[in-house]
Amino acid sequence: MTAPIVELDGVAKSFGAVRALAGVGLVVDAGTCLGLVGHNGAGKSTLMQILAGTLAPDRGRIGVAGQDLSRGYDVVTAQRHGIRCVFQELSLCPNLSVAENARVFHPSIRGMGWRRRAAELVVAGLDRIFPRHGIEPGEVVGDLSIARRQMVEIARAFSVTDVPVRLVILDEPTSSLDALVAEQLLAFVRRFVAEGGSAILISHLLGEILETSDRVVVMRDGLVVEARAAADFSRESLVAAMGSVAEAASDRAAGFVSRRQGEPACRASPADQGQGPELRAWPGEVVGLAGLAGHGQTDMLVALFEQLGPKRSALVAGDRQTDGIFPLWSIAANISVGSLRDMVHGLLIDPGAEVELAEEWRRRIGIRTPDMANNILSLSGGNQQKALFARALGSTADIVLMDDPMRGVDVGTKQEVYAILRAEAARGRTFVWYTTEMDELAHCDHVYVFRDGRITAELAADALTEEKVLHASFADEAA
Amino acid sequence: MSALSRPLARLLEKPWLWAFVGAALVWLATIPFTPGRGAGDVLTAAFTFATFFVIVGIGQMFVITLGPGNVDLSIPATITLAGSVATKLMDGQDALIALGFVAAMGCGLAVGVFNYALIRALRIPPIIATLSSSFIIQSTAIAYGRGLRIKPPPALAEFTTARVLGMPVLAICVIVLAALMSVVLHRTIYGRSVIAIGQNQRAARLAGIAVDRTRLATYVMSALFASLCGYLLSAFSGGASLNMGEEYLLASIAVVVIGGTSVAGGFANLPGLWGAALFLFLIVTMLNTYGLGAGIRYVLTGLIIIAVITAAGGRKPLR
Amino acid sequence: MTSTLLAPRTLRAILPAVSLALLLAAIFWLQPRTMSYTGLNLMLNLAIPIALATIAQMFVLCVNELDLSIGAYVGYVACVTATWLVESPPLGIAALMAGILVYAGLGALIHLRNLPSIVVTLGMSFVWLGVAVLILPRPGGTSPEWIRWLMKLHTPVVPFPIIAATVIAIVVHVALMRTAYGSILRGAGGNPRAIERAGWSLLKIKVVMFALAGVFGMLAGMALIGLTTSGDANIAARYTLLSIAGAILGGCEFVGGRVSPAGAVIGAITLTLAGSFLSFLRISPDWQIGATGAILILVLALRALINRAEERQ
Repeated sequence: MTAPIVELDGVAKSFGAVRALAGVGLVVDAGTCLGLVGHNGAGKSTLMQILAGTLAPDRGRIGVAGQDLSRGYDVVTAQRHGIRCVFQELSLCPNLSVAENARVFHPSIRGMGWRRRAAELVVAGLDRIFPRHGIEPGEVVGDLSIARRQMVEIARAFSVTDVPVRLVILDEPTSSLDALVAEQLLAFVRRFVAEGGSAILISHLLGEILETSDRVVVMRDGLVVEARAAADFSRESLVAAMGSVAEAASDRAAGFVSRRQGEPACRASPADQGQGPELRAWPGEVVGLAGLAGHGQTDMLVALFEQLGPKRSALVAGDRQTDGIFPLWSIAANISVGSLRDMVHGLLIDPGAEVELAEEWRRRIGIRTPDMANNILSLSGGNQQKALFARALGSTADIVLMDDPMRGVDVGTKQEVYAILRAEAARGRTFVWYTTEMDELAHCDHVYVFRDGRITAELAADALTEEKVLHASFADEAA
Repeated sequence: MSALSRPLARLLEKPWLWAFVGAALVWLATIPFTPGRGAGDVLTAAFTFATFFVIVGIGQMFVITLGPGNVDLSIPATITLAGSVATKLMDGQDALIALGFVAAMGCGLAVGVFNYALIRALRIPPIIATLSSSFIIQSTAIAYGRGLRIKPPPALAEFTTARVLGMPVLAICVIVLAALMSVVLHRTIYGRSVIAIGQNQRAARLAGIAVDRTRLATYVMSALFASLCGYLLSAFSGGASLNMGEEYLLASIAVVVIGGTSVAGGFANLPGLWGAALFLFLIVTMLNTYGLGAGIRYVLTGLIIIAVITAAGGRKPLR
Repeated sequence: MTSTLLAPRTLRAILPAVSLALLLAAIFWLQPRTMSYTGLNLMLNLAIPIALATIAQMFVLCVNELDLSIGAYVGYVACVTATWLVESPPLGIAALMAGILVYAGLGALIHLRNLPSIVVTLGMSFVWLGVAVLILPRPGGTSPEWIRWLMKLHTPVVPFPIIAATVIAIVVHVALMRTAYGSILRGAGGNPRAIERAGWSLLKIKVVMFALAGVFGMLAGMALIGLTTSGDANIAARYTLLSIAGAILGGCEFVGGRVSPAGAVIGAITLTLAGSFLSFLRISPDWQIGATGAILILVLALRALINRAEERQ
């Protein structure tokens, strides 16, 4: 047996106070495909970015083909050793043509006739992986459909000039491809592996993982929790390893009382819904939005927020840095920004009322800080998220929309927040809660499952099972 | 640790401090070389001219605080237009001072609304929108004000040059104005909204802030302050001229940057505008006193701005 | 289904050329005498320096920055050309090279400190103006003989400005749009992170693009002196605005690295001709700048309409 292509050991990475990876080991053997699964925030993408050299680990060993490359490991080193990565967010230049994008990736394509050679390279790659792709090398990438861009990106990753490709990381490669093209890709990955190459496949589609991989590694909360041959897993055991629905679900189902009487507090349909169930939420209800990440749940929440307006609704962001935090402000100011209208006396904001609101919520939700006047970034990720909850719950809005707010939040914080949500719901507030974690659906009275921007199933708490949610999320596979 | 150290430490954290320190140093370096004119005279002159920088600086500061990409390049043209229109309408008569003021503000309102309409409707960066509109405003001002040789109303001219105990009355008014705008920035919903948008526009929208209304109000306000500057400047300098706004493009941005406001948006302060405006004017006075020509003056002004922005650094580029 | 001729992308691409053709047709119709060798020569020779300055601006736009100092820089070059380059060529050449080096340094500074380019270049505009005033306090100087000879060249059949503009467009097009490294330079405007991930140095790219802007700004200043034969620090003050307007008229986007050298040249010519057109219409020169602004807004509005149609598809 030759040395493994890649050997990671004790790799750790933190972003500020948030620990993304807590010492991870990973081995990929030559001529194998490794499946990598785990819920969002488990650390898969961070680990892959470290392997691709785009992110430096805080500590840990990186070995490639028997060599220790931990010191100064970067993109160029990774590429020199034949490690390629297809990132989740596309890394093509939209203003360049397909051929020019191939050139960006291959410094050795230069001099006279480079355009022809770049075009030949990328077309050969496309032909090999996606027969009858219909993509012209001269087309500008920005004019291609998302699926075709993804195909170019994949073909480019497998293309060879001076360095042989030894390992290709595919991070959710099939998310924007239709079933037929995805099938072509997975078949190609099998051929590539059979010829001695290696691949790491990340996917939420567990069937895809089980069919394509030789070994499967399960990650949870920044750690590898299981690593076995794919044949030893079944879908059920894989789901269980990723983190199963809490036992509490059956208890809640037993004592479940529907609140669906009288007028709903809000109702809406996704833009692409066409026919099918409409989202409705009654006062005092906790409504869950389920399904795979990026299938229209966030758009639904934003649409609801715009429809209801800031007086009736408040939104708790999940992507704290881009959607939630005001990084230059104190914790108090980050909370009070949701209630400014209620703190105005005459024309001016009352600073006393601001302090009061902040202190009240520090107590109620347990934000751990010596001083609410400290900058928001001085808090850990979980406490930042609590501040965002405080912003929404502290406002007078009677409908609270939550956009997968527990991403990267520790277990203790989660339990505290769940308790407050139940208490607020009991007082008549309505919650619409998008979550990617199965466990959290158990806290909901009613769940809508999304797929491809549409609601595909509607389940009351007493009818909620993981099987049904999965079935509705993976409509293609179930068929 | 002495009891003094805490207030001192807090003072040292103020972003506007360095502008005032710089202004004071330049002043001290100038007065030994101003025979015949006292140190007080230099200060009086500095306050007189800094006033106009501060007026346009306030508007520009609110715009820049809206975040990356926001800047108003139409300020010079708006100054010229408002100055010309007001001077022509008032026709040198004291009775028409109010009318001139209303007309100048009308110009500002129209320019501000037009600017934001371009930004929204054409979905173009504010830099390009305000640049395009400045072409049109400038032409309008030139066409309207051609051959303009009208003196401002005497009462208004007197007001803009009046002094109390060596302090220009106009400067006192603008200090009060800056204090008011400081309250607006920190204590009103509008001000909070501007700062929030500048830090993260998407988060601001999702926190329920009226983003469009706030941005519209800010561009209108910037144009209104430019118009106010044009109105007062034409009275101060004995009439409107076609290049009266010229130096205010750089000046309006420079006082904001030197005053310690973040060019990346989301963080602003009013006192810094005064410190920076005094600093800019005193630098020119100092170089004049030393007998240096216009060329050196331009070079140093440019280098100071680049040095300040380099030292302050940037979070994100302005476009 | 719409035909490919009406596809938004095609429409956007041909918009600059169509505007120029319409404008030319209108001028010929108003003033048939301009449809001659001398007429075209007279109308177009000032377009050469503007086209060069527009190309300079385009390089900066391509990496998502903006240069508000290009007009002052062209003025600086003009003053150096009209004085030192005539009196003491080595000193003149050194001063011109120094200008390019400063541009390259600005690119590095803006990238390394992550500074807003408009504030830095606005500051630089004062530096260039100041140095120009120091070199040439009052309008004056003369043009180096060879530059004057080149700019007044009497080419057979096709007037020199048209040949020059074509050559500029082709050279820059080949360098930026057809070479292997050119695609990296443009890619840095489209998706800087992707370029960095592929192992290219963004610092080097910024330095190269700003240096190129310095080179073309220098050519613009020299060409301008060849036409006017005397220098002045404020001679090119309008070029900052004209270069931005020209680049945008020519189809360059503000962000995203979508630029077009041929379009930029066409945009610069269109702006120059717009001036002649207005004077043929007997519109007061007061409205010249305003017309530039109006044309700019009109073109941007058309583009916004096309984009919106594209989204709806």
